[in-house]
Amino acid sequence: MLPIFCINKILINDNNMNNYVISIASGKGGTGKTTVAVNFALSLNNVQFLDCDVEEPNANLFLKAAISKTIDALISVPKIDENLCNYCGKCQEVCQYKSLAIIPSSNNSKGIVLTFPHLCHSCGACVYICPKTAIEEVDKKIGEIEIGNRGDILFASGKLSIGEIMSPYLIKQVKKNINKSRNVIIDAPPGTSCPVIETVKHTDFCVLVTEPTPFGLNDLILAVDVLKKLKIPFGVVINRSDIWNNMINMYCNEENIPILMEIPFDMGIARLYSNGIPFVEKMPHYKQEFIRMFEQIKRILE
Amino acid sequence: MKICITSEGQTLDSNLDVRFGRCAYFIIFDIDTKNWEAVKNDNINLTGGAGIQSAQAVIAKGAKAVISGKMGENAYKTLKTAGIAIYLSSGGKIEEVLEQYKLNKLEQMI
Repeated sequence: MLPIFCINKILINDNNMNNYVISIASGKGGTGKTTVAVNFALSLNNVQFLDCDVEEPNANLFLKAAISKTIDALISVPKIDENLCNYCGKCQEVCQYKSLAIIPSSNNSKGIVLTFPHLCHSCGACVYICPKTAIEEVDKKIGEIEIGNRGDILFASGKLSIGEIMSPYLIKQVKKNINKSRNVIIDAPPGTSCPVIETVKHTDFCVLVTEPTPFGLNDLILAVDVLKKLKIPFGVVINRSDIWNNMINMYCNEENIPILMEIPFDMGIARLYSNGIPFVEKMPHYKQEFIRMFEQIKRILE
Repeated sequence: MKICITSEGQTLDSNLDVRFGRCAYFIIFDIDTKNWEAVKNDNINLTGGAGIQSAQAVIAKGAKAVISGKMGENAYKTLKTAGIAIYLSSGGKIEEVLEQYKLNKLEQMI
């Protein structure tokens, strides 16, 4: 006779055990993240697609989702009331990001407060520390989030405003739209720094897209290091898999990294891409490949 | 009056450091008394805002003018707001740059 808590577990797991949040990252840029993310999403059922490459979101060039809503993405930055401020400089001392400069008063001139909002990380330390409560938090727009759909596929995309540098804050807000009743595919930015970490963090699995070139391998190794530190399970897709040699396969075999899919170089895919057409629409046999990849990912996770 | 020159080393014999925010040392030279000191720049390792911090250091030392090679807009804005004159030099030893300053031969950044 099973204890009561085991019976509950079996019943609850039944509906949501098949939904996963999968991020698509790379290391080296230009390997085919967006191509893989888009075509993967189009091959599955019950999907939500998030474009977190907020500095250059391009997935919708291919998905062509209809946008139903655009939301301003805001962060809090300090505003100092110079009627209350005595230019003591405590806010500037506590700021870890140097986004405040206080020019002290002198005999013949009043002090000046300079803020550099683009460096501000919205931590709130300056507000907290001010002995004159002269600092309030005001909203600053850093970008936009577009929400829409392409048929049954839910879509959300972040677009960082020109001149802004705080990608991770916008990415965090895009990810707030994650719908757990769907399989969520997230297109990450290239590289391995803060924006990528913010994107792949807390996802169930990360697909690393690479190519068999020296840079492809070098940056794949960096990305693998990041995912291991974040303890996120991952696998590799080799794009343009036949353009050089088997350096990626050898590395993956040595490190026991699952190779989820290999896409040989194909002028046909390149032509479709350059016309903004996802290749699974014209090469439907690839849909089977992506479904097989999804099954492999599920097996790894279960 | 004190002026600040960004330097690669701690003596008047050292070369001008063309970077402002991440220079190795600030040489603070008093034109009137001829006294001077070399201050190590701790902002070199900041991930961001080094220009702003270095400008604050210059302001705190009471310098009324800065001589460097180039600086970014954050440092520029902070120094200008504090009313500090900014001069640019393409290089040379600190004592040579000082001579050029005295002879008004340095380009001023308006």
